[in-house]
Amino acid sequence: MKKKNLLHRVIIIVIVTIVGLYLVIGPRRRPTLKDFTWSGIKASLASNIKLGLDLQGGSHLVMRVKTEEFLRRLTEENYIAAQNAAKDAGYDIKGGQAQTSGNYRIVLEPGDPSKASEIKDAIEKKVELGDTSVWTYNASGAQMTWTMTGAAERLLADNATTQALNIIDSRINALGITEPTLQTHGAQSSHQILLQMPGVQDPERVKEILRGESRLELVHVIGPPSPASATTYPTEADAIASLNTNGVVPPNRKVLPYSERMEPTANQDPNQQRPKQWVVVEVPAIIDGSELRNATAIPSQGGRADDYEINFSLKKSGADKFGAWTGAHINEYMGVVLNGEVKSIAYIKSQIFDQGQITGRFTQQSAEDLALTLRSGALPAPIEYLEERTVGPSLGADSIRAGVRASLVGLGLVVFFMLVYYRGSGVNAVVALLLNMILMLAGLIVFGATLTLPGIAGMILTIGMAVDSNVLIFERIREELRSGKTVSSAVDQGFTRAFITIIDTHVTTIISSLFLFVFGTGPIRGFAVTLVIGLLVNLFSAVYVSRTIFIWLLSRKERVESLSI
Amino acid sequence: MFQILKDINIDWLGNRRLFIGISVVLMLAGLGSAILRQATGRQAFNLGVDFKGGTVVTARFKQRPSDETIRAALNEKGVRDAVVQSVRDNPDTVLIKVPLEGEGQDGRARVRDSLNTFGPEAAPALELNADQNAAYKIVGTEAVGAIAGAQLRNKAIAVTLAALVGILVYIAFRFEWTYGAAAVIAVFHDVLVTLGFFSIFQWEVSLTVIAALLTLVGFSVNDTIVVFDRIRENRRLHRRDSLYKITNDAINQTLSRTIITNGLVFLSVLALVLFGGDVLRAFSLALFIGVIFGTYSSVAIASPIMVWWEQRLEAANRQAALAFNPPLKGGVRTPAKPAKAASRRASAKL
Repeated sequence: MKKKNLLHRVIIIVIVTIVGLYLVIGPRRRPTLKDFTWSGIKASLASNIKLGLDLQGGSHLVMRVKTEEFLRRLTEENYIAAQNAAKDAGYDIKGGQAQTSGNYRIVLEPGDPSKASEIKDAIEKKVELGDTSVWTYNASGAQMTWTMTGAAERLLADNATTQALNIIDSRINALGITEPTLQTHGAQSSHQILLQMPGVQDPERVKEILRGESRLELVHVIGPPSPASATTYPTEADAIASLNTNGVVPPNRKVLPYSERMEPTANQDPNQQRPKQWVVVEVPAIIDGSELRNATAIPSQGGRADDYEINFSLKKSGADKFGAWTGAHINEYMGVVLNGEVKSIAYIKSQIFDQGQITGRFTQQSAEDLALTLRSGALPAPIEYLEERTVGPSLGADSIRAGVRASLVGLGLVVFFMLVYYRGSGVNAVVALLLNMILMLAGLIVFGATLTLPGIAGMILTIGMAVDSNVLIFERIREELRSGKTVSSAVDQGFTRAFITIIDTHVTTIISSLFLFVFGTGPIRGFAVTLVIGLLVNLFSAVYVSRTIFIWLLSRKERVESLSI
Repeated sequence: MFQILKDINIDWLGNRRLFIGISVVLMLAGLGSAILRQATGRQAFNLGVDFKGGTVVTARFKQRPSDETIRAALNEKGVRDAVVQSVRDNPDTVLIKVPLEGEGQDGRARVRDSLNTFGPEAAPALELNADQNAAYKIVGTEAVGAIAGAQLRNKAIAVTLAALVGILVYIAFRFEWTYGAAAVIAVFHDVLVTLGFFSIFQWEVSLTVIAALLTLVGFSVNDTIVVFDRIRENRRLHRRDSLYKITNDAINQTLSRTIITNGLVFLSVLALVLFGGDVLRAFSLALFIGVIFGTYSSVAIASPIMVWWEQRLEAANRQAALAFNPPLKGGVRTPAKPAKAASRRASAKL
């Protein structure tokens, strides 16, 4: 081998090593003398490597947006709106239903089936059922049917997920969680969201806040105006009976539960609950939460010290609607509905434009949390938690300690064996192995991958696999030497022949690691990434670097008689 | 030169019946354990929360109550069927496993409720020892719902099979498809045997165990490829030798490499089992078993299957050729199954 070639190789290796070392233990600022001490190096190493949640501590939450609930509500709302639109236009509707299992369908039974197409036109003028990319219309016999198309189902569900993601994002920002990762998770059709929060040890409050649907509505409560007190019923059946419609709730009415919220406070029995009542409210609502401009928690006036309520203000458009309605309904009762439950009822003393309160005995914490979720907007659909993994920092520190200890023991055993078994050449393999570890860490940093506990296990395994390449090569060289070849041609042959095998073994391991990457989340992914980086780096360290060391050894003398292998 | 193995000449293929027999027995033992447990109403595998759903709470105590006391406290608050488990590395820590609950029920909150009977939990921002009044602290939770559990279970199976297919395709592309099939059968065998151990000893199967199995897939196939590479090379160098002899030689030539490499990986995994901590224990165990059987199968299972398959194909081809070109009268007819004859010769030499 020529000297010039050797020089090239050495230069490449030195540069790669320096870059690798800098990436791993170099400070990301102007270096000081302290950075060259042991503790300085450790500090830089710790700040350069991004640790996974399982090592640094934190919370990992997977949630699912219940998009079927979103589609169900959409279908039901449209069903009611369609019925009202038909009646407003003077057509008789005998019956119908909103079908929400299997396909999403709106079925109307007109009083006079021959007028179906007229009714359809009247409805579609007011309600968005005319968009044929969303609803396919079909009239058969006495029924008019709108069926949601599969494409629209998917699109609307995806949109609901994106919207939920944005709302969750704004809530997390409002909570001031540092460096959260929020992204969709798994297949698009699974409507899952992954949230990682480093450092969060107790995610219960965050979970509560994210789960808050915060559907706010201001509604007209049906009943005689003040000075009569608000009309409530002890049971749902009583409320329905009051409508005098043979037990069927007409589309312009809704029966809702009404219970003032009792938050558990220190000097109160948490189980004490005011008995639940029912009220009849008008559909549609006067305004909903989308008209909200701001919401803040404030202490209740005249209430106890730990009583809180929520002050809200409305946007211009909402204030106009609200002002017009309250002006026309002085002394009538209005209810604040949160997530389908009436929170408070009050009569209208005078015209109100853009201010309102939600009262109902909140603690400071619950009032602030509710205000926060109201500000961020309502979730388009409820969410459910599928997975939660939380690791406290002390547990993470235990894992780091165990991982580092296992790595050092593993490395020590392997180095010891290589030096004993291959002697001179063993040194060569150990140099390649150490370089492999440095470059593997550098690779993790370059790709912005996180080091997880399984990732540390991946590093330990890579130690074993990295050394496999050297073993393959060395065994081959020994074999060639036994068959009587000269040292330099044995080395040559050893590398060339073993190289094909090394490529094959690396590719198969990378194939299974790729599947692991696709499969895994969080820590498991960290394992796959570490393994792949380790294997790629290995091609450089175990083949290129190792060979260079042999070339250098052989170039020192004219004729090499023996090799320590 | 210090060497573990010198001039080995073992007739691996000659003993193939023995090897395959051992493997079949091992696989049947695992399978039998799984089926028997399933049939008698117990669990075939001790599935972790990842696959079964449920909550695991890791709590650390200043003064650890006994398992019974903790279980009683849980029962008191209506947390039924909880499993209380010790942590080997840390005697003050317990794992409390709560089975899957209905929607909206928070396992963590319920366990905390029960543990509060032993004294207050440390403040969120404080470590256990920094809080004077605290009796315990929840240091970790894992909660997996039914949907996520089923999803992960299906995905784990799909991915393991996909990885096997991926490897089959690659080896078929680099060698012959008989080689690929043999390698994949051997690896599949490793996965089954390892899973068998998990069923027999009821070790917990978690996500990391699947990661270990997939690693094993890649790793075990390595040894097989090293042997196959050598077979391919030897076939070019010694065209006269039978596949039987070539394969035996290839295994023997690479045997010291196989033993050294796997020995070293085995040492690393051993370090993991002994020092890697509780979180990685199941993972390390899966690899520990896997490495042993991976080595065994690539030497004793993959090559015999490949040789048997190749010989069958060769025999079939020859017969097809004979049928197409009937030998002339008086011509020498090749024996119908030359491979088998060769195998008898080779065995006789030992």
